[in-house]
Amino acid sequence: MEYEAVIGLEFHAQLSTQSKIFCECSTKFGAEPNTQVCPVCTGLPGVLPVLNRKVVESTIMTGLALTCEIAKYCKFARKNYFYPDLPKNYQISQYEDPLAKNGVIEIPIDGTTKRIGITRVHMEEDAGKLIHPESGHVSYVDFNRTGVPLMEIVTEPDIRSPEEAYSTALTLKSILEYLEVSDCNMEEGSLRCDANISIRPKGATTLGVKTEVKNMNSFKAVQKALEYEVARQEKVLAEGGIIVQETRLWDADRGVTRSMRSKEEAHDYRYFPEPDLIPLIVDDTWINEIRARLPELPHQRKRRLQEDYGIPEYDAGVLTASKYTADFFEQAARLYSDAKSVSNWVMGELQRYLNQEGIEIQRCKVTPEKLAELLKLIDDGVISGKIAKDVFGEIFRTGEHPAAIVKAKGLVQIADEDALVPVVNRVIEENPGPVADFLSGNERTFGFLMGQAMKATKGKANPKALNKILRERLKKH
Amino acid sequence: MRITREVIEHVAKLSRLSFKEKELEGFISQLNEILQYVEKLNELDTSDVPPTSHMFFTKTPMREDRVREEPSPIDRILENAPQREDNFFIVPRVIE
Ligand SMILES: [Zn+2]
Repeated sequence: MEYEAVIGLEFHAQLSTQSKIFCECSTKFGAEPNTQVCPVCTGLPGVLPVLNRKVVESTIMTGLALTCEIAKYCKFARKNYFYPDLPKNYQISQYEDPLAKNGVIEIPIDGTTKRIGITRVHMEEDAGKLIHPESGHVSYVDFNRTGVPLMEIVTEPDIRSPEEAYSTALTLKSILEYLEVSDCNMEEGSLRCDANISIRPKGATTLGVKTEVKNMNSFKAVQKALEYEVARQEKVLAEGGIIVQETRLWDADRGVTRSMRSKEEAHDYRYFPEPDLIPLIVDDTWINEIRARLPELPHQRKRRLQEDYGIPEYDAGVLTASKYTADFFEQAARLYSDAKSVSNWVMGELQRYLNQEGIEIQRCKVTPEKLAELLKLIDDGVISGKIAKDVFGEIFRTGEHPAAIVKAKGLVQIADEDALVPVVNRVIEENPGPVADFLSGNERTFGFLMGQAMKATKGKANPKALNKILRERLKKH
Repeated sequence: MRITREVIEHVAKLSRLSFKEKELEGFISQLNEILQYVEKLNELDTSDVPPTSHMFFTKTPMREDRVREEPSPIDRILENAPQREDNFFIVPRVIE
């Protein structure tokens, strides 16, 4: 039987604020344990939480970017559970009334776009961090992260394949980066993604039993974990078994999901309205003010790059997927007039090196200025396009200026006829066979002779000049 | 809703409380009496009344996104730790 997957995603994005959601503690990553704590975030008696305005603004802005309805009235709720990373024994979250709901995210898939529903966007506080030493009977608790503001974004189960899940995650990350509401650093845990997945016979309208998959630390891991889970559920059904509703953890080392045996009571959160916080009222003036501040979003920027720089739709899509890549492209394209050439280099060489070294574009040694300078060197005939690729690699490694590298390594292109004629003569002399072949009308041999001549100059010959001289010499031969 | 022995045991477990057999018995009758008393409110038709989530008819105050200048009162907070080591709270191991 052919099955299809039904997937919904749940994201937790840490909001880029200076202070925590309900107190004035810093949210800075990497501080010494328990140095960013106070009576409010450690849940001491007699304290009251006071809501951070920026958390509300960032969540409204995200809601607007995802075309959600913004609630004029919403409240916070207590989610009750016992775990040592939660000093109050409840997490302040939102339950019945999220700040934003019923939105849409448009994702690129198979050359077209698909609309994935956004169920809700709400605010909540993060929990602390537990450290488990390798042996012993204790765990260590660091509450620095407790009370750091999170935004939870839940999609509808509109996703039909692991690739669509990957695309949804990338698109959402891109939007959050454009909005500058979260730095989306997956390594520091500021963007996390869990998934719900079930399968059903293709064409069926009822839903199968779902599992919840957690512990995926990259979007590629989300895709892999879901691929594994689809295959696993298909196998269970094929063997006449039933899918158990449960939470499964992705084990990246083994490439499998594993059941997290947990007691059912663990899911009985007994939500109730948070009595320490009065309902949040949001008026139209505030919403409109935030709407007016909405920055250009990825799909809008994509259209603008096509119009302003005359680059193809494909290029614009690749470049705008990340705000930082698009920023890089635009800065370079302002300094160098052939935007398509800039686009080719950013999507080609630059991206290849970034992937290879696992570096993010905003932290890379190649700057838009250096790329533009390099492209000008090609135009001015100082170096060939081929040599430029070597120089690019050198800039990527050292951050040196292109002209300095060309000079230091003696890479200046040879266009001088006096220098090229002897080389061409030697190649003709050393390859009597191919030369005769060419003279008898086989044009293809010309490429071979060009290659030999280019090799003799270690790739430094100006291709145009070399071509011209080789043709002339062959004619005279 | 009727409070049964199972309900009490479940809620006790969620709240990390343990009761003696005699206490359990007492709770079953006491809690049922309380619920019965409150049940009286159901006689009122509230279908047109939005649920009250708070007693104050005002809106929540907000603060600007600013970090406190004074350092965290870490020692006073750690005074409450049943067990501590350096700046860490220590709890019984929570991972298998
Ligand atoms: Zn605090």
